[in-house]
Amino acid sequence: MIQAPDLPVWAALIVAILLLCGAIITLIGSIGLLRLPAFQHRMHAPTLGSTLGTGSILIGSMVCFSVLHSRLMIHELLIALFLTLTTPVGFMLLARAALYRSRVDAGSTPAQAPIGKGPLEGDPTALPP
Amino acid sequence: MNVMLLAWSITTAQVILGLAIGCAFWRLVKGPRAQDRVLGFDTLYVNVMLVVLTLGVQTGRMLYYEAALIIALLGFAATVAFAKFLMRGEVIE
Repeated sequence: MIQAPDLPVWAALIVAILLLCGAIITLIGSIGLLRLPAFQHRMHAPTLGSTLGTGSILIGSMVCFSVLHSRLMIHELLIALFLTLTTPVGFMLLARAALYRSRVDAGSTPAQAPIGKGPLEGDPTALPP
Repeated sequence: MNVMLLAWSITTAQVILGLAIGCAFWRLVKGPRAQDRVLGFDTLYVNVMLVVLTLGVQTGRMLYYEAALIIALLGFAATVAFAKFLMRGEVIE
């Protein structure tokens, strides 16, 4: 599908460079997600794509639409703002869940300790008088 | 000339983003544990959103921007729901 808007040369050059940079940076982040050894390592890589890669492609899109419609169109800032706000929140929740799950697997689970040995369901000899 | 340059650049960027989607999907399928799969899903929807944005640049329509915004919104909600499920075992307490 070879198709593109008819932009002047400088705008076409800027948009092409920004789109290619964003795509390559996103690919580097995804390869890091695929190749890094541990989960805590893997968590760092895709943020490259969701910050710098997305930023480059959004700026390219802003330049393209601004030149096409010959006025300032910066509605892509909404996506940039939203991703910048939501990516750390989601990854922080995911990191806490992963930490909790690895603790449960290691055996020192904080959720099962009160159930097995606590005063509610443990053996009656452990209860205080 | 500039139309051809921009067209080939956009197509190349879409192919590169397709490779990135392939990497994220492989992590989603293979991932040794559930949190790896959720991480792969998060990367997958960000990459798909970027492909939709490049489609918007390619066709010059505003329609794709709104699709990308909706993908970003729903993907964040899905990631938070998955993380809550892994943490607690239920989504809405």
